[in-house]
Amino acid sequence: MSEEKYVPKSKLGQWFDSRLPLLTLAHHINDYPTPKNLNYWWTFGGILTFFLIVQIITGLVLAMHYVAHADLAFGSVEHIMRDVNYGWLIRYLHANGSSMFFLAVYIHIFRALFYGSYKAPREMIWIIGMLIYMLMMATAFMGYVLPWGQMSFWAATVITNLFSAIPLVGESITTWLWGGYAVGSPTLTRFFSLHYLMPFLIFGLVILHIWALHIPGNNNPVGIDIKQLSKETVPFHPYIIIKDLYALLIFLIIFSGFVFFVPNVLGHPDNYIEANPMITPTHIVPEWYLLPFYAILRSIPDKLGGVVVMFAAVFILMFLPWLDTSKVRSAVFRPLYKIFFWILVIDVIVLGYIGAKPPEGMYLIIGRIATIYYFVHFILIMPILGFKEKTKPLPLSISDPVLGDEDKLSSEKTMNNR
Amino acid sequence: MQKKFKNIFKVLCISPLLIIFINLSVAAEVSRIDLLKTNWSFEGIFGKFDRSALQRGYQVYNEACSSCHSIQYLSYRNLTEKGGPEFSEEQAKEIAASFEVMDGPNSEGEMFTRPGRLSDQFIKPYPNIEAAKFANGGAYPPDMSVLVKARKDGANYIYSLILGYEDPPAGFEIEDDVYYNKYMPGNQIKMPKVLNKGLVEYADGTEATEQQMAKDVVTFLTWASEPHLEARHKTGFKVILYLLVLVALVYFSMKKIWSRIETKQ
Ligand code: HEC
Ligand code: HEM
Repeated sequence: MSEEKYVPKSKLGQWFDSRLPLLTLAHHINDYPTPKNLNYWWTFGGILTFFLIVQIITGLVLAMHYVAHADLAFGSVEHIMRDVNYGWLIRYLHANGSSMFFLAVYIHIFRALFYGSYKAPREMIWIIGMLIYMLMMATAFMGYVLPWGQMSFWAATVITNLFSAIPLVGESITTWLWGGYAVGSPTLTRFFSLHYLMPFLIFGLVILHIWALHIPGNNNPVGIDIKQLSKETVPFHPYIIIKDLYALLIFLIIFSGFVFFVPNVLGHPDNYIEANPMITPTHIVPEWYLLPFYAILRSIPDKLGGVVVMFAAVFILMFLPWLDTSKVRSAVFRPLYKIFFWILVIDVIVLGYIGAKPPEGMYLIIGRIATIYYFVHFILIMPILGFKEKTKPLPLSISDPVLGDEDKLSSEKTMNNR
Repeated sequence: MQKKFKNIFKVLCISPLLIIFINLSVAAEVSRIDLLKTNWSFEGIFGKFDRSALQRGYQVYNEACSSCHSIQYLSYRNLTEKGGPEFSEEQAKEIAASFEVMDGPNSEGEMFTRPGRLSDQFIKPYPNIEAAKFANGGAYPPDMSVLVKARKDGANYIYSLILGYEDPPAGFEIEDDVYYNKYMPGNQIKMPKVLNKGLVEYADGTEATEQQMAKDVVTFLTWASEPHLEARHKTGFKVILYLLVLVALVYFSMKKIWSRIETKQ
């Protein structure tokens, strides 16, 4: 992005800025040129940053009262809910905040998939984003163990047991992870320690993510490069800030609906039963945001195979910039990809649904088909489509997408209305 | 610009539906039989507890359930707190004093018993889970602190369960000391039917029918599980109202700001 060199007005400002260019940074963010035509799918980045901060602040307060010990953890969470001032609010914000965080990240990721935001020159943004997503899953999984309910305990048992599938060293690795011969207090304390650490790693990655973003600048719904900064972009402040704020507030209303009126619908009732190694729940299910991967895990008859395929399902996303061979970014101009995109969305929702069901009969069959399709989408459809698909002609610039061709204009319109 | 404003509503309307869909599908797997339904005063956005139902419910818990079920995370002081049964301090002290509490060690190193105080936790019927199981044919009567939240559709479920005793259908094999219950998973429960008409005598003269007692005790247990429910509803209403006003203000500011761009070209 070509920007003029910024020099602070005051002498003191110049003195400071030449030693630590914080003012330059603030100026850069203030003026950061953002494509004019961004739609609301682009507001989720801001929403995500907000929710990371919410999780960190509420988490810090929870950690002041929480006790990471197998005999005391459940009671300490109840102590938070009952006796700590507004403890119920803090905990419900944290528990539901995590769901909202994932809802936002899924929208954010599918946005990138639709508009081809992972393609050159934005591969680094995408890869860092994927690292953030993986850390988020690890963080949330460990957080879910902390209240030490039945689902906490058994989810921890099931997931840590997966490592025992690794040939030769598997058993030792699980024992090492547990800090003993079963999930217990040592497991809980290390999970707490890591659950505390990882959000700060995420925070660091978020900074890198945004840094990487500010090199090429935002992609946009039309998916073509900005030609003329002055005509096609608006400064971040105030245009994008106010729009992000508007979207955030609407998101917060939904969030408040969950927190204040149905704070437990997204959780599992069994997690209000204290952990008991002697009683296995009838169905062990993870939180909703991990269900698609859980379905993939269970669709493979072999334990090691299941683990490998599940991790592959996450890691394959890393290679997306190279699996997608199309020159055109936005699905708006890719009629076939657009269809496959929506099929993928449905496929992932189906996987989520299957993840919540027992792995038997019809569910298992559907789960397997959906798993295969998931990989087919990335390994076969994406690369082939790039060569075969006849894309629509691209407009010359984002500000006048016309070129005398009515077709493209209307296709952009339908996109914005979706 | 206008069309973009519509987008956000669509996005944000669809997304929670999605979650709810997934959640319902998770939930659907356990729904076997329709639960009995009754009107709960604590349901809905403005839901509040019925104070006298809570007080009666405490009485039912104390006289009918507390011999087997503990509520370890409640203390007697909670009975006076706002949003709960709101017994007066004297009443609560009297309630607490009616229980013997183990305390100590004293200066001679001996344990001793004394009458309960407001700061004491509800006393437990059994010293430990093993004792509770032993006394109940091998089944543990679960602690009731969060029982309503620990069952799907907890209030209706418990209400149905304690009213759901029936003779087993012909051919249904059942052991001694196991009872047939329409709503218990597997239809067998090791808790006998406890609620019988006139079991308790309500101080406020309410007739102690089975339904009445069931409703009262479940109201009490819901409060025990969620003692800040009223504060939560009240705060939530204010927060959402505030956000709505703020959204409106931000929306119009946004339109104003963006109008500079849109008219320029
Ligand atoms: C005689 C002792 C006894 C009394 C009195 C008693 N219960 Fe129980 N209760 C039990 C036992 C034992 C179980 C465990 C049953 C089982 O697992 O089969 C139980 C289980 C329950 C359950 C859980 C069922 C489930 O889904 O697992 C509920 C709810 C319940 N009791 C409610 C009550 C209420 C309300 C009262 C008072 C009106 C009450 N109980 C009085 C012994 C008792
Ligand atoms: C990426 C950000 C975070 C996510 C996604 C996350 C997620 C979660 C989840 C899902 C739970 C279980 C909630 C429940 O069912 O009760 C939890 C609990 C907890 N988290 Fe976090 N968390 C995050 C950040 C933090 C931070 C930064 C801290 C500490 C500084 C923290 C401290 C705690 C504590 C103490 C609990 C246990 C109390 C409870 O269960 O409510 N969290 N977290």
